[in-house]
Amino acid sequence: MESVLILLPLVMAALALIVPSNYWRPWLLPFTALIHTGATLAVILHPEWGSQTVWLKLDPVGTIILLTVSVLYLFSAFYAVGYLHFRRERPNRIFCASLLAFLGLVSLAIWAHHLGLMWVAIEGTTLVTAPLIYFNHTPRSIEATWKYLVVGSVGIALALLGTFFLAYAAMQGGFTASLNFMDLLKQAPGLSKIWFRAAFILMLVGYGTKMGLAPMHTWKPDAYGEASGVVGGIFAGGITSGAFLALLRIYQIGNAAGESQFMAGLLIFMGLFSMAVAGIFMISQRDIKRMLAYSSVEHMGILALGLGLGGPALFGTLLHVINNAMTKGLLFLSAGNIHRAYASKSTDQVRGALRRLPLSGALFLAGFLAITGSPPFAPFISEFSILNSAFSLEHFWAGGLFLGFLFLVFIGMGITVLKVVQGRVPEDVEESPYKDSFLTAAPILAFMAIVLGLGLYIPDFLQSLLRAAVSFLENQG
Amino acid sequence: MNELINAIFVIILALNLFALGSSRIISVIRIVALQGVLMGLLPLFIHSHLTFTAILSSAAAISLKGFVIPSIMIKALRDVQIKREVEPLFGLLPCTIIGALVTAAVFLICGRGNAVGQSELSLIIPTSITVVLIGFILLTTRLKSLTQVLGYLVLENGIYMFSLLLLEAIPLVVEMGMLLDLFVSIFIVSIINNKINRTFASLDTRNLSSLKE
Repeated sequence: MESVLILLPLVMAALALIVPSNYWRPWLLPFTALIHTGATLAVILHPEWGSQTVWLKLDPVGTIILLTVSVLYLFSAFYAVGYLHFRRERPNRIFCASLLAFLGLVSLAIWAHHLGLMWVAIEGTTLVTAPLIYFNHTPRSIEATWKYLVVGSVGIALALLGTFFLAYAAMQGGFTASLNFMDLLKQAPGLSKIWFRAAFILMLVGYGTKMGLAPMHTWKPDAYGEASGVVGGIFAGGITSGAFLALLRIYQIGNAAGESQFMAGLLIFMGLFSMAVAGIFMISQRDIKRMLAYSSVEHMGILALGLGLGGPALFGTLLHVINNAMTKGLLFLSAGNIHRAYASKSTDQVRGALRRLPLSGALFLAGFLAITGSPPFAPFISEFSILNSAFSLEHFWAGGLFLGFLFLVFIGMGITVLKVVQGRVPEDVEESPYKDSFLTAAPILAFMAIVLGLGLYIPDFLQSLLRAAVSFLENQG
Repeated sequence: MNELINAIFVIILALNLFALGSSRIISVIRIVALQGVLMGLLPLFIHSHLTFTAILSSAAAISLKGFVIPSIMIKALRDVQIKREVEPLFGLLPCTIIGALVTAAVFLICGRGNAVGQSELSLIIPTSITVVLIGFILLTTRLKSLTQVLGYLVLENGIYMFSLLLLEAIPLVVEMGMLLDLFVSIFIVSIINNKINRTFASLDTRNLSSLKE
């Protein structure tokens, strides 16, 4: 089954390079995504269908990430067809191939139970997604791509050094050096403390760069701002979730090594700092896509904070991975539609979106309410659960600051979003040929349904998946 | 054998400083290539018995770092026809002195801790960390995108060197994956470089500043 999940998208990427028709090529995306999601569900229902080798293995934590990425990708793939049909003048050969290769590599990163292999896959996702940012071929998109490549590559190189430090920590502890995840978990109590800590810091900085934790988030507003909406959604919900999984791996080893206290301090600090930075830059933000990028920084901060709190907060944190990805899909895709309808993403021109694009405008507004943690949407449940744990764990300062920053973000984001959706369309804005169509609206409605549905009721099977993941993460499973 | 390994370490450290002090991009490319070749040779001297996989990975590393990547870089350099050369943020001499100080500091700190002295291989730790830090200096103090890439390559060399400590931990597949990633990243970066040059008529990264708050 893992060969379907990993190799099929890579084969399809190669096929996308060969298919000559610019019109039919994008259909490879939803076709591959449907099979991928089908295979994901099959392997969750029948774990024995997946391989259980020392190299490739789907554990409960990986299951959550795989499900998240696969569902996000499925609806985004249908949207991408609608988007690329609208942009028919641009060759989409590289765009489709990059998107497909990303799906294969992120699946490899999720299945990999060897930290070196996982690194190779995550670095691979950085490389194949760089051309996606450059799709529009403008000077601004070159700048964004360059920053993404340089900051991303250096960050991920540090993660590799951290990975090597981890293996060296095992050597110093008297074990044979190994980067196999299960071996490291077993050896964890005997790891050399100082080398483990150095490894954790490097991996936090490295994979944190990929997630977009402040202060390593600098590439993020540029990349998300210049990329198309569908790419932004896949970055904010897919790539970040993959990088967060890498962080979960080292976190789990640290838990087994008895380093929870050390990791908690760093994670809580990074989490709150990211939220603060995001909140400050969101105030008076005029570019809607950059605003969403800062929202992504904020939510990566929430994930880091939840992980740092640990214990009861882990359930909410893993649930937030799913909720963040679905809500980011909703927001980026509707922002993409708004961007196209106005040919601008600045609030100087973009006003009255509810009049010009009633559906996308309304969904964008609902997405804003969801991502800022308003009930009855799903992020409310996960954020509330993390907040609750902060207070029950007696982290009063962290809990208080968390609440304060959520409030700051709500105000900052609210000002921009209300400007976009309310009022009249400015008179100097030209008429646009773009209208919401089935392919560019239905995927957003699907995300909306999931975000609302998960806010009202978490199905039993998802609850048991999440509980299994939490006990695996706490090394009880 | 130990003498030889130590001599290679010294040459690698000296190449760091040459890279920092060189004013022509083409010579920095050659210095980094030579450093890459030495990195690739190291495992052949360190392993007591040579296995087929060790020779294979060495050969792959040497051909990639010593020949393929430098030729991509030299081609990129020709394509853009750079007139002014390296252009550091501040002078070349201060850069070299800082590099020398960093080298000395890393060795002093590692010498105080117990990282050095258990075996002849333990000199790998301070040497590789120094190479990583010098890579950082090159990356952050240069203004041209091409020289920043060279800084990244030096950084990568340092990380590769650290991996030599971990003989069994990194299987051939993973090592090849890492080299493939490096190759693809240089390939993509050289394409973007070309676009930067075409769009901005220069490789100066100070042009890349329209995206900010």
